[in-house]
This record gives sequence, structure tokens and C-alpha cells, in this order.
Amino acid sequence: MTLGLINANPVVHAKKERVARTEDPHGDDAVDPLDIYDILLLLLFFLLSVLSEESITVDEKLGRILITFTPTIQHCSMATVIGLCLRVKLKHCFPPHYKVDIKVSPGSHANEESVNKQLNDKERVAAALENPNLRQLVDECLYSSEL
Amino acid sequence: MAEPSQLSHLTESFVDSSRSPTQQAASLDKIASLVKNDVLTMEGLVREMQMYLTTTDNIVRARGILLLAEVLTCLATKPLDNATLHSLIGFFTDRLADWKALRGALVGCLALMRRKSSAGVVTSTDAKAVAESFLQNLQVQSLGQHDRKLCFELLECLLERYPNTVTPMGDELIYGICEAVDSEKDPQCLMLTFHIVEVLVQLFPDTSGPFASFAGDLFEILSCYFPIHFTHPRGEDLGIKRDDLSRALMLAFSSTPMFEPFAIPLLLEKLSSSLPSAKLDSLKYLSSCTSNYGPERMAKHARAIWLSIKDALYTSLQEPTLSFTSESLDGLVFQENEIAKEALTLLQQVIVQNNGLFLSLIVEDEDINIILNAVPSYESYSDIPLQGKLKLFAAGCILSISTKTSVACCNMIFESFFPRLMEILGLSEKKLSGDHSPKDNYLISKRLNFGALYLSVELLAACRDLIAGSTQIACKSVSTYETSYCMLHSFSNLLTKAFCSTLVTSPHDADIYFGVKGLQILATFPGDVSPVPISKFENILITFMSIITMDFKKTLLWRLALKALMNIGSFIDKNNESEKILSYMRIVVEKIVSLVSLDDVTMPFPLKLEAISGIGRSGLNYMLHIIQGFEEALFANLSEIYVHGNVKSAKVTIWLLECYSNKLLPWIHENGVFEEVLLRFPINIWKQIESCVDFSVPEKELLDAMMTAMKHAVAFCSEESQNEIIQKSYNVLSSSTSFPLKESVALTIPFQLEGLQLTQKMDNLSCRDEWILSLFASVVIAVRPQTHIPNVKVILNLFITTLLKGHVPAAQALGSIVNKFGKSSTGSEISSDCTLEEALDIIFQLKLWTHLDNGALLRCSVNGSEMGHTDLCQAVVNNKLPQILAITGLSWIGKGLLLRGHDKVKDVTMIFLECLLSNGNALPLSQHSLENSCEQDLRASVMKSAADAFRVLMSDSEVCLNRKFHAIIRPLYKQRFFSTMMPILQPLIMKSDSLLSRSMLYRAFAHIISETPLVAVLGEAKKLIPILLDCLSMLNKDAQDKDTLYSLLLVLSGILTDKDGQEAVVDNAHLVINCLTGLIAYPHMMLVRETAIQCLVAMSELPHARIYPMRIQVLQAISKALDDSRRAVRQEAVRCRQAWASIASRSLHF
Repeated sequence: MTLGLINANPVVHAKKERVARTEDPHGDDAVDPLDIYDILLLLLFFLLSVLSEESITVDEKLGRILITFTPTIQHCSMATVIGLCLRVKLKHCFPPHYKVDIKVSPGSHANEESVNKQLNDKERVAAALENPNLRQLVDECLYSSEL
Repeated sequence: MAEPSQLSHLTESFVDSSRSPTQQAASLDKIASLVKNDVLTMEGLVREMQMYLTTTDNIVRARGILLLAEVLTCLATKPLDNATLHSLIGFFTDRLADWKALRGALVGCLALMRRKSSAGVVTSTDAKAVAESFLQNLQVQSLGQHDRKLCFELLECLLERYPNTVTPMGDELIYGICEAVDSEKDPQCLMLTFHIVEVLVQLFPDTSGPFASFAGDLFEILSCYFPIHFTHPRGEDLGIKRDDLSRALMLAFSSTPMFEPFAIPLLLEKLSSSLPSAKLDSLKYLSSCTSNYGPERMAKHARAIWLSIKDALYTSLQEPTLSFTSESLDGLVFQENEIAKEALTLLQQVIVQNNGLFLSLIVEDEDINIILNAVPSYESYSDIPLQGKLKLFAAGCILSISTKTSVACCNMIFESFFPRLMEILGLSEKKLSGDHSPKDNYLISKRLNFGALYLSVELLAACRDLIAGSTQIACKSVSTYETSYCMLHSFSNLLTKAFCSTLVTSPHDADIYFGVKGLQILATFPGDVSPVPISKFENILITFMSIITMDFKKTLLWRLALKALMNIGSFIDKNNESEKILSYMRIVVEKIVSLVSLDDVTMPFPLKLEAISGIGRSGLNYMLHIIQGFEEALFANLSEIYVHGNVKSAKVTIWLLECYSNKLLPWIHENGVFEEVLLRFPINIWKQIESCVDFSVPEKELLDAMMTAMKHAVAFCSEESQNEIIQKSYNVLSSSTSFPLKESVALTIPFQLEGLQLTQKMDNLSCRDEWILSLFASVVIAVRPQTHIPNVKVILNLFITTLLKGHVPAAQALGSIVNKFGKSSTGSEISSDCTLEEALDIIFQLKLWTHLDNGALLRCSVNGSEMGHTDLCQAVVNNKLPQILAITGLSWIGKGLLLRGHDKVKDVTMIFLECLLSNGNALPLSQHSLENSCEQDLRASVMKSAADAFRVLMSDSEVCLNRKFHAIIRPLYKQRFFSTMMPILQPLIMKSDSLLSRSMLYRAFAHIISETPLVAVLGEAKKLIPILLDCLSMLNKDAQDKDTLYSLLLVLSGILTDKDGQEAVVDNAHLVINCLTGLIAYPHMMLVRETAIQCLVAMSELPHARIYPMRIQVLQAISKALDDSRRAVRQEAVRCRQAWASIASRSLHF
């Protein structure tokens, strides 16, 4: 069997030009989807357009973040890894009291339900991150664009 | 004669390839100096070297020949006789055939050929022999880079210095050169080859000569380099950049018209390339070729060139932006575009060269006609699609450039396009026919078409530029541009009306912009050829003025109108058109002056001021007029305030004063011959105050504005005027105030008693006295060092007395006096009725400060005086305590001394330090506990003010003691003070056992260090870090200290981001991190949190072993910052966390 890529030639999208936010010199800034988008924008696979600003919702009062992403193809085997990366990245960038939910957007993946379940199960996530191979994959994914 | 053995030793050391290059160079130098100093003859040297020059060992022979050649290079200025030269050049010419030892031969030939005529040169016969030998023997392209370079230099030298010798060689020479330069790739060599071609073609200008047959071949060799694609990674190594190469190649391309059949098609082809640099180069080369090839040769390419220019313009333009921001009123702005710029330059060049041909191309051009035909279909700017805008703009550029080129072009363009544009605008000739009177009443009902408006304004502007640019032509031959002039003349009336109506009716910014521009252009034709009669000119001014006075709500229109008025004003002022200047004065300047003095509330006052200062700045005459009216208005308002206490006038007066000191005064000074204008203002202020015997003005703000204006006006004056002003003010001060101006008085006043009456002294001062005193202080602050201050001793006493009553300007004036005392700007001493030492004695003899310091007074005031306890506490809160006032005063005096580098500043700082150190225990314990606590408070606030005095000493002040107010400032005074204070402060802080005085010492430390230049701090960083950290944690406690804390934190961040600073921090890394993690949660200032986190990021770059133990502490602290309320802090926190997490491993578990 050859180790080929599932989606060997994905459509790569240009990063969108961002409109500068007008900062209020006084007063507090609430966490908004744009913050999260900015942080995740650093990840390489962002160029594949798996996420958009609209697919992120934040409820600051309850401390909840919901992210819905769209894998590039229906049977994408990387969907769980992408989800894992998002989760790890957000864990680094937000205080622990935020509860993060990560889902694939409805109808975008063949095993939608199992992927969602896997991504939001604390034990499974912890176990995945203890797997050295997976861990390395996630770390590479996170750091390749940042270092 | 040198020792033969020595010479052979030297020779040997050069020839021996095992020696180091420095040894070789040294021996070469020695031999050269021997010959230079006539210790050794050239002949002797050659004879001595015979063996080396003729040996069969290739390596030795090569080195030997090179040695001889290098010696000759060193002897470029030493005269040599013809026989020697002949035999030497003969030798080297011969050696050119010796490919194994070629380097020396080339260097030798070059050295000889380049000699100056005064030192003896190679004859042309010999040069010819060199050339022949070169062509016969050398295969340039088979040599190494350096040898090729030498070859090209030799060729260049031959062509430049012996043109008559080499020209007869004809074909042979040209062929040889073609062969030599073919497929050269080294940039340095290329520079030479391009130049060689350029020189070569100048030798064979004849089109039927030998060069003609080679032109094609030679161009083929050159053409493969175009466009230059130069990606040498480090261009600076060679000193050659892409631009240099491109320019050299351009000169080669355009060197002879014989290249024309090959070059122009190539350039046109490359112009259509999509590579911007190729386009740009093609346009530049075309310009250069056009001027060198001549009109006949270029004529056949005219059409192709025109099409290419048009194409380049259309494709290079990008979407325009309407830019009407507050600063720029540029109107339609197309992005700065080099290609379009070059294309237009080329267009101008070809039109200049071949007027008729290109103009007919433009006039008959289909595209331009299509654009013109499309114009009527779009009414306003926003209707036009993007492509249409670009085309319109391109057409505007083309027409404008061609109009500007010459009078004939202007006529032709006007004839072909102007009537059409007028027709579209609805101003056609038909309506003009008939007699003149109805024309005036003709009203433009319809809105103007934007495209036509834009194009006609462009045409007008170009025509105006043409006429204004060549006024001498305009004067003597008005008839030459008759056509365009007549057209302009006949339409000017209608155009003026049309533009005016646009301003009133159009809702579109773009329309308004071009309407104003059109009017401005009509008004700025040079006087004698203006198509607009003076009455119409006045109409235009009136239109603009009515906008200024009425339409101030339409911001854009208002600003454009003001700008247009300013431009018109400065134009007629520059061209000295007296008639128009008169109208301008009458209609604009007088009107605008009356605006300020009128009590008219409809127009916002700041706008009035903007208009008046704008108009004033457009010409000297206007300014003189305006400033007079301005001052009249100002003084009228002031007297209103003085006499009637009119509060409403106060606001206006403050505006006027601000405008005066910020806008008018600097302009007057810059353009300045108006000493008397500068002088008039302060003198009049004093006169007015003198005459108003009784007034009360509650407005503190007004006094501040007055003081600022006074300071600026005085500071700009010359020394003589300042003398006059200060004399005047002193007279007012002495004659009409209640101040005791006697020298002895102050000394006899028991200051302690004075001090006893704790508060409200200032309020007892009459309002008028306070004004006079403050203004007098302002004058003293602003004078030059040379200016004579009358009766210094008395004034010193006066200021000391008043500063103790809490009058800060008096203290600043005192500081200013001691700063400038007895020293001119050149450093020479100036005699005065009082020396600096005497003055300082007066100040310090009073012992005022020390008396106040020892606590005796405090006891007095608590126990002895009639003042109640609450009053005392009140005084503490208001900082009205005499000690505090004295310290503030002293700090300004100290600043004056510090700036000039006087030793006495030490005494001042010692007083402050004593204050800081005076321990709470020194106070006798009072019977009453409440009183005791109050005493503690008093003590603390005195100490605090002593610590804050260091900020006054170190920080730059806007109000006094700066360059603007002629302070004497010694270079590096901050560094010097820093390095004197640190050794004193550090042990004091260590030893201090009282919490209070330690915290105050920290405060003083913080003020000093945060104002010191970072370089100085870095040198001491190692010692300072621990104290700095303690200081930060001390300041952390009180929200009031947040600014001090922030500036101190900036010092720390400066240290941490510096390489040397980081080394200094290493030992104390844990302390720094403890401190910074504490600041991450600082609640009072976002900037502090952000900077603290940035400092932590910088800390993560320290050596791994040092910081690893702190990693978890930092990460835990940072995780809290991730939840900060401010976004900027959160983002920094993410960065910081990233940095610290990754120092250990890729995983972030902890």
C-alpha cells in the first residue's frame, strides 16, 4: 500500500485581510469570536478554510466557546487531529474555566457523530494526548507555523 | 644604489608564493619606495629582476612580471623618460602573448597606459602595438573574472585615451571587441563592457563607416541583457546595484542612432511584457533613445510608441480614492505609480521632439474620442464605473501633459477638445453669440457633468502652468497662443459662473473639489495674460469669502475654499500683482480681520481663527495687516475683561491667545523681519495692565494663556527688544503693585514668622498683583541669557517671598535667573550688577530651607499659632505647607543650576536628601495622639514633596528652562546627575531603617532613574537592578503612583531588551521574575500589565539554566493574565506563555 495523501491537492485559500478593530482606550474588552479566530489563524491548516469567523461562537457569561469546523473532504481522516489541535491550541490561550466544544459542521463528514463524540470526551482527549505519536503530530501541527 | 642583496631579498619575498599576502605587499611597497626616492633606477630594477622576468618557470615568471607591473602602478606619478617607457611597454605588449603569465602583462600595460602626461605617457605607436597585440593574442572570454576585468579596463583605456590611434583599425577593432564582450556575465565586467560599447560607437559616428555593418551584431550581444535581471544576493559586496547596470546598459543602447532599427522594436516588445520592472525599464530606455536617436529615425515608430504609452497608462492605473481627510485635500488620488509616471515623461519627450505628429495622433486617437463620447452619459462621479474612471483619468493625464509641452500644443489641444467639453458642460458658443449683457445673466440651471468638469479643469491647469512657467514668453508674444487664449477668454465668464454654481448646488465631493480647483486656477493666471478681468477675479474672491463666512457647516467645501484662498493669496503675493493684491486685501484680508473683532456668534470661533491664521500665513503683507487687526481684537477683549469682568470674552480671548502663540508667532518668527511686531505685543499688554488700575479676573485659564503667549513673544524677540520689554515690565511692577521692592526688606523679614502664617497667603494677593507678578515671571523665564534684568537682587527677593506663598511661576523664574545668570550663549561672562555667586548667596543665606526643615516650625505651628488642628491638616492636603512650597521653589532653582552644570546643585540636593532622611523620631512626641498622627502626616507629605522634587530636577519642562526659552543646557547633564546621585542614594537606601524614609528614597530613586537616558542606566544595571525591583514593589502599593511605576517599568524593560542589560539581570533573575509576576495583576493601569508581560517575554531569552526553575511560577502567573479584561494584555499573555512553555519542551504540561 502506498502512503498517499487523502486530499493530495487541496484548495488553498489566501488569508483574509482583516479590518483593524477600533480599540477603546478605557473599559474592558470582552472575549469575542474574533479573538479566537485570531489565535487559530496562526495554524497552518487555516489556509484550507476549515474555519471561518462565523463558525465560532462565544458566551462569555457562561464561559463557553463553540467551534464548528468543516473538514476539506467527507472522509477526512485528519478531522480528529484537526479538532485535537484546535482544542490544545485553545487550552493554551484561554484560562481553564472556559469550556470548549468542538464539532464538525453538520453534514460535512462521513462519521460526524463519532468524530464529535471523540473530540468532546475528556478521557479520550487526554488519552489521545498521551499517545506519543499523536502528541507529536499535534505539536508539529501547532508549532510548524509558529516557530 | 640599494644593496643588491637587499633588493633580491625583497624580490624573492614577493615572488615566493609561500609567503603571506601581507609580506608580499610589504616587499612591493619597499621596492616601490626605493624607486620613488631614486635610490634605485627603473633600469636597475629591471636588470636586477632579469632572471625573474625571463625564467622558464611559469609561476616565478608570472610573479616576476607582476612585481614589475605592480611597481609601475605605484609609480604612476613618477616621471619616466620616453626610452624607458618605450622599452617597458614593448616588453609588456610582448608578454600579452604569454598566457601563462598574463596577469602581470595586463597590469603593466594598464599602469603605463594610464599615466598622466606630466609623468610621461606611452606614444601612440606603442599604444597601437598594444591594441594589435591585444586583439591578436587575447581570448578574453576564456580568462578568469579578474583577468577579464583587467582586459576590459585596458580596452576602455585604449578607446578613451588613444581614440585616433585605434580608430583606423576599424573592422578589426570592432570585431575584436564584439568577440571579447560576447556573453560576459560578471556584473563588474558588464559595467565595463557597456561603457566600452558606448565609447566605441562614438569613435565611428559615420552611418556608412565600418561600424554600420557591426551594429546589428553588437546590439544582439547587448540585447540579451535587457531587461536587466540582477539577483546577486549581496549587491553591496561589489558596490554595483541593479540600477547601475540598468543605467549603463541604457547609455549603451542609446549611444548611437544606428541601433535604432534593432532597439526600438525590442523595447516596444518588452513594454508589453507583464513584468513591471521590464515595463519600467523599457519606458526609461525609450525616453533616453528618443532624445539620442533624433526625430527622423523616431518618426516611423511614432504610432507604435503612442499605442504603447496609452496601453501602459491604462493598464498601470489603479482604482482612485477620493481623499478628503482632515489633513490632505488632494482630491482624486491615484496610487503613486512609477510606470504611469515614466509613461507620461516619455510622452512629453516624444511630443517635444515631434510636435505635429504626436499631437495629430492624440487628437485623432480613437480611444480618447470614445472616452469623450462616453463622458456625457455619466452625470456624476459615482455613476462612472471603475474602468471609466481609469480611462477618464488617463485621458486627463495625456491631455494635461500634451498641453503643458508647448504653446503650439496648447493651441492644438484646446482647439480640438475645449469646445467639445464646453458643449457637454452646457456652455456652448451658440449661447455666447449675441451681445454681452445677457451672457452675464445666463444662469447655469443644469448640474455640470463631472467628466467634462474634470477634463476642462485639467486643461485649464495645464494651460495656466504653461503660461506661468514661461512668463517671459507670455509677455512678449501673447499672440502665439492666441487660439487657446481667445477660447479661454471667451469662456472664462461662463466657466466662472459654472464653477460657482457647482459649489452651491452639487452634493458630490468630487464635483466640489474640481469646482474650487477650477476657480482657483482661473484666479491664478499671471496678471497681464489673465483671461479673467479684475472684476471677475474679485467675484471669485467674494464667492470664496461667502463660503468662508456662511457655509462653515459644509466642512469639505469650507476647507477647500480656505485652501484656495490661501493659494491665490500666496500666488499674487509672489508675482507681485499689485492690483490684485489690493482687491485681495480689501475683499479677503479686511473681511477676515473684521470677523475676529465682530461679536458675531453664528460662525464658530475656532474656524475664524483657522481662517485668519491660514490667510495670514499666505503672505507677509496679509500677515502684517492681520496681526494688527488681531491684536486690536485681542486688546479690546482684554479690556472688556479687565474693566467689566466679562466672562464670555475670556473664552474668546483664550482662543485668540492660543492662536497667537501657536500659529501666528512662529510664522512671524520664521519669516521674520518684524522685530517691531514681536515687540509690540508684550509692550502693549504691559501698557494695558498699567492703565487698568482696578480689575479682578477670576479666570485662571486666561492667565495661563496670557503667560504662554507672553513667554513665546518674548522668547522670539532679540536681545534689545527683550531689554525694552523687561524694563517696561519692571516699571509696571515697581510702580503699580503693592510688592515691597526694596533690597533690604527681604533680608530683614523674619521668614520663620512669615512661614508661620501657614496658608491662604496667596489668596490675599490682589488679583492684579498676581497677574503682574505672573506676567513678569513669564518675561523673566523667556529672556535670553544676555538680556539685562534690572535690579536683580530686588527681584530675587521678590520671587523668594512670593514663591513661599505658593506662586510657582516665581519659582520657575528664579530657576531661570540662576540658569542664565552672567553667561552669554557663547560662554563669555557678562558683567552685571550682581554676580551669580552673590545671587546664590542671597538665596541660600536666608537659610530658609534648613530652618523649615528641622521641625521647629512644625511644633510652632501646631502648638503656638492660633491655627486650629483642622486647618493644619487642610494645609497638608492642599500642599500649602510652607515647607512644601519652599521645596517646590527650591526644586526649580535646583533645576536651573543643574542644567547649567553648577556645583551649587549639590547643596540643593543635599537639602532634599536631608528632608528625606529626617526621621520621624526626631519629632518631639506631642502630648496629643491626634496631633501626633497629624504631625506624621505632615512629615510624610514634606518628605514626599522632597522626593518629587527630583522629578522636577530631571524631567524636561514645557513651561520653562528649555531650549525654546534660551536656557543654558550643558550636554549630558542628566547622565552626570545620575552618576553623582546613585553612589549617594544607594548606601542611604541600604542604611535607612525607617520604613517611611526608605520608601521616600525609593521614590526619589525612581524619578531619577526613569528620566535618565537608558545608555547610562545600562552601564550600572547590575548594581541598580535590586533597588529598582524594590522600588517597583514599593510603588505597586499606591494607585496614585501608577505613572511613576510605569515609567520605572519602562526602564526595566529597556534593560531587559538590551544584550548587556540581560547579562546584568542574570544573577537576579528570580528577583526580577518575582517582581514582574506581581505586576501582571496590577489593577490600576493596563499599560503596566502589558509591559510586565512583555518584560517576561524578554526574560525567557536568558540562559536556560537560570530561568528554568522559575518556569512553573511564570506559567501559573501568566495563566491568570489569559483571563485579563483587556485584549492587548491577553494577547501578550498568549505570546509570553508560548515563549516560556517552549523553553522546556514542546509539550505544555506542567
